[in-house]
Amino acid sequence: MFYETSITNTAYVFECQRTVWNFGSGLIEREVVMKRRSVLQLLAVAVVVPFGVAACGGTDSKATGTLRVTLANHVWTEGIKAAIPEFEKDSGLKVELTQLGEDQLSDQYNVKLNAGTNEIDVMMYRPLQEGKLFAKNKYLADLSSNVKSDAAWDWADFQKGPVSSTTFENKVVGVPIITEREVLYYRKDLLEAAGVAVPKTMEELEAAAKKVSAANKGVAGFVARTNKSAAVTQFSSFLYSFGGDFIDGSGKASLDTPEAKAAYAFYGGLLHNHGPANVSTDMSWPEAMAIFTQGNAVFYTEADSLYKNATDTAKSKVADKVGFAALPAGPAGSKPYNVPSWALGINDASGNKDNAWKFIQWATSKARTLAAQKAGVPGPRSSVWADPAGTSTYPKDLGEAIAFSAEHGIGHDRPLVIAVAKAREIVGEPIVTAITGGDSAGAAATANTAFQKFLDTDK
Amino acid sequence: MSVSVKTPVDTPKVTAARSFSDWANKHRKWLFAAPAMIFVGVLIIFPLGWTLYLSLTDSHGSVRASSDFIGLGNYTTVLSDFDRFWPAVGRTVYFTATALVVEMVLGMMIALLLWRPFRGEKWVRVAILLPLVATPVAVGMMWRLIFDPNMGFANQMLSWVGIPPQPWLSGQATALPTTIFMDIWQWTPMVVLILLAGLTSLPEETDEAARVDGANAWQRFFLVTLPLLKATVIVAVLLRSIDALKTFDILYATKGKGGGSFHEVETLNVYAYGLSFDYNEYGMSSAVLIIFFLIIIGFMWILTRRRKGQN
Repeated sequence: MFYETSITNTAYVFECQRTVWNFGSGLIEREVVMKRRSVLQLLAVAVVVPFGVAACGGTDSKATGTLRVTLANHVWTEGIKAAIPEFEKDSGLKVELTQLGEDQLSDQYNVKLNAGTNEIDVMMYRPLQEGKLFAKNKYLADLSSNVKSDAAWDWADFQKGPVSSTTFENKVVGVPIITEREVLYYRKDLLEAAGVAVPKTMEELEAAAKKVSAANKGVAGFVARTNKSAAVTQFSSFLYSFGGDFIDGSGKASLDTPEAKAAYAFYGGLLHNHGPANVSTDMSWPEAMAIFTQGNAVFYTEADSLYKNATDTAKSKVADKVGFAALPAGPAGSKPYNVPSWALGINDASGNKDNAWKFIQWATSKARTLAAQKAGVPGPRSSVWADPAGTSTYPKDLGEAIAFSAEHGIGHDRPLVIAVAKAREIVGEPIVTAITGGDSAGAAATANTAFQKFLDTDK
Repeated sequence: MSVSVKTPVDTPKVTAARSFSDWANKHRKWLFAAPAMIFVGVLIIFPLGWTLYLSLTDSHGSVRASSDFIGLGNYTTVLSDFDRFWPAVGRTVYFTATALVVEMVLGMMIALLLWRPFRGEKWVRVAILLPLVATPVAVGMMWRLIFDPNMGFANQMLSWVGIPPQPWLSGQATALPTTIFMDIWQWTPMVVLILLAGLTSLPEETDEAARVDGANAWQRFFLVTLPLLKATVIVAVLLRSIDALKTFDILYATKGKGGGSFHEVETLNVYAYGLSFDYNEYGMSSAVLIIFFLIIIGFMWILTRRRKGQN
C-alpha cells in the first residue's frame, strides 16, 4: 500500500533524472559539434531543465481512487490497519496510510493544514485538544449532512457526550472513534498479600499506597503521569472528585479555590510521598505505564483505553496480576472524566471528500466499532455497549469500572478552550510544584492569575 | 558566432535576436548562474522575509487567518519577558559556552593523541568517530534510557560503586548539564576531525627547529603548534558554536515540549518551536526567531572578523 507507492514514486524520480541526464549529455555533444552556435538555445535548455525536474516532483492523486489517511499510533489504528484491505476490496479505493505518534501528528497537522494542504483526506484528531482550534481555522469539513445520510449507519447511536465535542457551532465536524475514562489500575497480588482492600476513597488510596509500598521494598505505592502538560487530563478526575474544576460556572479561572488547592496537593503529594524514588517530572503515559508494568508500582491511575498495555503478556511483566477499579471517591464523590479521546474528520481542503466519508463511514460502522471494542478500545456507540459481545473481552472488574465511570463521569478532561496546549501548561504548573514537594497552594494562586489572563485573550 | 547563416536581407527581427544573443554571450556567466541564484534567493530570502513580516503581526491560530499589523509589539513583549525568554537566552549561552569549551579542549587532546602514527590507529579513529554518525534523535533516546532515574543503566552503574542514584535528566538542576554532556559526547569527534586535518597539514620543520632549540613538549605545543593551528581552531569554534546555539534535536528528544515541566532545558530554539507548534503564536515565535537570528549573525560577525585578523 503505502510502501508500494513510495517505491513507485522513487522509480519515477529516477526515470525523470535519467531523462535530464540524457538531455544533458546530448547538449554537450551538440556543443562540441557546433561550438557556441547560439547561447540562446543553451539558455532555453538551462531554463527548461530545472523546470523539467520540478515537474517530475510530487504525484497528484486528487479526487482519484487513492485516499490519504493520517492516523495516530493507537490500539484502534492497529485494528483498522489490519482491516483496510477489506475496505479497499469493497470500495475499490486505495488507501495510503500515514501513522504517527501523538506529538508528531499534531506537528504534522500544524504544518500541513496551516499551508492549506490537500494531501490529507481523512485525519484522526483529538476533539478536546485540537477540535476547537481546527474547527475555528476551518480545517475540518462540515459533515452535518453526511452523518444524516445513512440511517443504517445510525448517527443517533453515538453517545451524546462524544458527539457534543465533535460538534462546533452546531456543525458536525468529526465522528468520535475512541472514548475513555480514568480508572484505578492496581496490583491484585500485592494488595492481597498485604491484606489491604481495594480503596474506595482517596484517603484509603493514600493509606493503602503507603502500607503496601512499605511491605514491598523497591515498589512505589503510586504512579501516574508527572509531566506538567500530560498530567493535566489524569489530574482532572482528582480535581472533580475534590469538588473543583478548571473554570467555574461563570467562565472564570478557578484554580485557587480550596477544592482545587486540595486536589493539587493530594495528587502531587501521592507522587511526592509514595511515588517512585527520584520521580521525574517528564512522565507521560508510556513512562508511567512502564513503571507499573515492570512491577515497580502498586497503584496507577490512567485512561481505561490503555488497559491492554498492562494486561498484555508481551508488554507487561504483571499482566495476570492487574486489577481495575473505579476512581476512588474524593470529598465530592468519584468523578472521573468520560471523554471522546479521538475522532475522525475530513480535511476541508481535500479534493476527495466523498471517498473520505466512505472511509469514515466504514471505520465507524457498528461492526467495526464492535471489533475495535473487542480488541480493547472502548467505543462511542451505545448499541455496542448494550451488546454483551461488546464487553465480553474486558476483564470483569474493568467492565464494572467503565460502567460506573460512564454514568458518573464528567465530559471534559482539560480546560475547554481554543489554545488547549498553552492552557494545559498553565493549569499543570501546580501539579509539578506539588510533585517536587513545593508550595502547591501558592503555585495554584499564581496559576489562577495566569489562567484568567489567558482566558481573557483566548479568542 | 562560428557558423554564419546567410540571409538575403537582415530584417529588424533578426538583428534584435542577434543583439540579444551577443548581449547574452557577453553576460553568460551571470545568465547561467541565474537559475541557481534565483533558487537560493527564493529558498533563503523569501522565508526570512516572511518570518520578518509575521514577527510584526499578531498572527496566531492559523497563519492563513487574518492578522493585524502591530509593529514592534511582539519584540517589546518578548524582550520584557523574564519568565521564558531571558532564561531561555541564558540557557542557550550556557549550553553553547560550556559545550564549546569542553569540546575544544577535549577535541584538541584527542587530536594530539591521534596525530602521530601508532599501532591500531585506524580502529581507534573509527571508534572515536562513531558518535558523529549517529542520528541525534536516536542518541537522545538512547541517553534518555541510560539516564532514566529508576530503570536506567547510569544509576545501576553508580550503585555498583555505592554512589546513590542521581536524577540526571529529571532533576531541575542536573537536566541541562546532562544534555550538555550528551552534546559533548556526540560532537567532540567533529572537533577532533577538523583539528586533526589542521595538524596533519602543519610543516614539521618548525617543530623540529623548536626541538633542536631545546623547547619542551609544552612549549612546542603552546608556542609553535597552537599559533600555527589558530586558523583551524577558529573554524572549529565557528562551526561548533553555530551548531551548539541551534541545538534542538537532543533537547526535544530527551525532555519533550517546552524543555521539561520546569523548562529546564528550554533554549531559544525550543522556546520558538513551542510558541509556534504548541501555542500557535506565530507572530511571537517569529519575533523570537528574528532576535535569535540577529544574535547568531552578530556572533558570526565577531568570529569571522577575528579570523580575518588572524589571516
